[in-house]
Amino acid sequence: MIYVAAVLFFASAIGFILGLRMLRRPETARRGNMVSAFGMLCAVLGTLAETIAHGHFNTLAAVCVLGGLAIGAAIGFPAARFVKMTAMPEMVALFNGFGGIASLLIGWSQTQMAVAGAEQAGGMGPMLIKLTGGQPNVVTLATFFAILIGGVTFTGSLVAFGKLSERITTKPVLYPGQNIVNGLAVLVAVILGIWFAVAPDQIWLLYILIPLSFVLGVAVVIPIGGGDMPVVISLLNSYSGLAACAAGFAVNSPLLIIIGALVGASGLILTRIMCLAMNRSLSNVLFSGFGSASTSGGGGSGEKKEARILSPQDAYHVLEAAQSVIFVPGYGMAVAQAQHAVKQLADVLKANGCEVKHVIHPVAGRMPGHMNVLLAEANVEYEDLAVPEDVNPMMETIDVAIVIGANDVVNPAALTDKDSPIYGMPIIEVHRAKTVFTLKRSLRSGYAGIDNPLFYMENNAMVLGDAKKTVEALIAEFKSED
Amino acid sequence: MQYLTLAFVFTLAMFLGLELIRKIPSQLHTPLMSGSNAISGICLIGAMALAPLTEDSPFALGLATAAVAFAAINVVGGYLVTHRMLSMFQGKKGESK
Repeated sequence: MIYVAAVLFFASAIGFILGLRMLRRPETARRGNMVSAFGMLCAVLGTLAETIAHGHFNTLAAVCVLGGLAIGAAIGFPAARFVKMTAMPEMVALFNGFGGIASLLIGWSQTQMAVAGAEQAGGMGPMLIKLTGGQPNVVTLATFFAILIGGVTFTGSLVAFGKLSERITTKPVLYPGQNIVNGLAVLVAVILGIWFAVAPDQIWLLYILIPLSFVLGVAVVIPIGGGDMPVVISLLNSYSGLAACAAGFAVNSPLLIIIGALVGASGLILTRIMCLAMNRSLSNVLFSGFGSASTSGGGGSGEKKEARILSPQDAYHVLEAAQSVIFVPGYGMAVAQAQHAVKQLADVLKANGCEVKHVIHPVAGRMPGHMNVLLAEANVEYEDLAVPEDVNPMMETIDVAIVIGANDVVNPAALTDKDSPIYGMPIIEVHRAKTVFTLKRSLRSGYAGIDNPLFYMENNAMVLGDAKKTVEALIAEFKSED
Repeated sequence: MQYLTLAFVFTLAMFLGLELIRKIPSQLHTPLMSGSNAISGICLIGAMALAPLTEDSPFALGLATAAVAFAAINVVGGYLVTHRMLSMFQGKKGESK
C-alpha cells in the first residue's frame, strides 16, 4: 500500500507541473486544467492509501475525512457551477480564502493534537516528534507560518470578495499611521512566532496569533482600492500557496511543500505581470491607498465642465458612417452582461463595411483577462481582439471608440496629470480618436473613484443608461434601417 | 538533515514555479489565477493526513475535518470554475474551424 501511495504522489507532482505548463497556451489550457485536476485526484488517493498503510484509518477517521470531502464537494460544486461569469473574480477570491483557512486549521489541529498527547509522551516536544518525526522547533515554526499566512489569506480574501462584489466599500479605507500600525502588528506576529518556535508548549501564543492573523489580513487589504483587487487576489493566491507550503513543513509532507511552493512562486510572477501592466510597483499598490486623498487634488478641481450627452439614435448616425470602430470594454460591460449585445453590434457594424476591433486593456475588469473571458463567452473571434500597444499609435485614424463601462483604463489624466493617482499607467488613448462614445450608467466617477477628464472633452459624448440596453438600441437602429 | 532536504526541495520548487509561469497571453491570466488557486487547495492532503492521527483529541479532529471541508471547497470549486472559463475559449475555437 505504501508503494501505491508513493507512485500516486509521483504521478500527482508530475500532473501538477505538466498541468501548469499546459495552462500557458490557449490550445492546451483546458487539458492542462484537467491534467492538474488528475494530479489532485492522485494526491488525494495517495494520501488515503498512505493513511491505510500506516493503519491509522479507523472508522471515525474515515467518516470525518470522507465526510469532510463530501461536504466540501457539495458546497464547492454548485457554487462554481452556477456562479455567473461576471461574478467569477469574487468567487475565486472566496475559494482562495477557504484554502487559507484550511492551512490555518491544519496548524491549529496539529498543535491541539500535540497538546492532547503531551502528558503521555512526556511534554510537547516529544509528542511533536512522535507525531511528525521531525524537530519540534521546526514544526512549531512551520505551524506558526501556516497559521499566520493562512489567517491573513483568509480574511484578506474575504475583504477582497466583499470589495469585488461591492458588499463593502470599494474605496480605500485609510486612517493616520496605518502603515505603522500594520508594521507593529507584523512585528508582534514575528515575536510570537519566534517565541512559539523556541517554546512549543506555550500554546496560549496560538490563541493570540490566530485573531492577530485575522486582523492583519483585514488591515492589509482594506486600504487598497477596489480597482487594485486583481493584484491583491493574485498576491493572496500566492500566499495561500505559501501557507500550504508551511503546512507541508508542519505535517512533514514533501508533496505539499513542492506544490505549495509552485503556486506561491507562480502567483508572485502573475502579480508582477499585473503590476507591470499598470506601470506601478507592488509596494505602490499595497501601501499607497491608491485613489483616495490625492484624488481630490487631481481631476476634480475647480470648474465643473459640461459633458455632452447623446441619445442612442444620434449615436447611430455617427456609427453608420464610421469606417473603423474600436470597442473598449470594462467592468461595466460585465455588470450589464452586455458582451453578447456587443458582439452583435460588432457583427452589424462589420456587415456595414466597418472595421471593428475590441481593445482590451490588461487590467480592464476586476481580474486580468476578465474581458477576454467575457468576450470569448460571446464568441468574439480571437483575431478581433487587440492590445493597447497595437491601437494607440493609429488612434487618430479611428472614427469611433466605444467605451463600454471602462473608465480608469481610458483616463487621459494618467498621461498628463502628475497629481493623478494613476499617473504613468499605460492607457488606451481613446481621447485621440475622432469620436468617443462613453456608455455609462451615470456621470459618477469610476470604480477607483477618480474623475475622468475624458468625459468633458469635445470629441467625447456620453450615452447614459444600462450598457446592454444602449447597445441593443443601437442594433435596433441598424436593423430598422435595413 | 531531513529538513535540509525539504528546504532544498522547497527552493527548487520555487524556481520551477518562477520558470513555469512566463510569457502568458493576457487572456489566460484569469484562468491561470483560478487554476493555480485550485492547486493551492493541495493543503487538502495535509488535512486528510492529519485527521486520522487525532485519536486523543476530538477538538483537533473537528478542526482537521473542517480543514478537509474548506480545502475540498477550494479544490472542487476552483477546478470547476477554471474549467468553465476555459471551455468558453474552447467553444469559440470549435466554431471558427
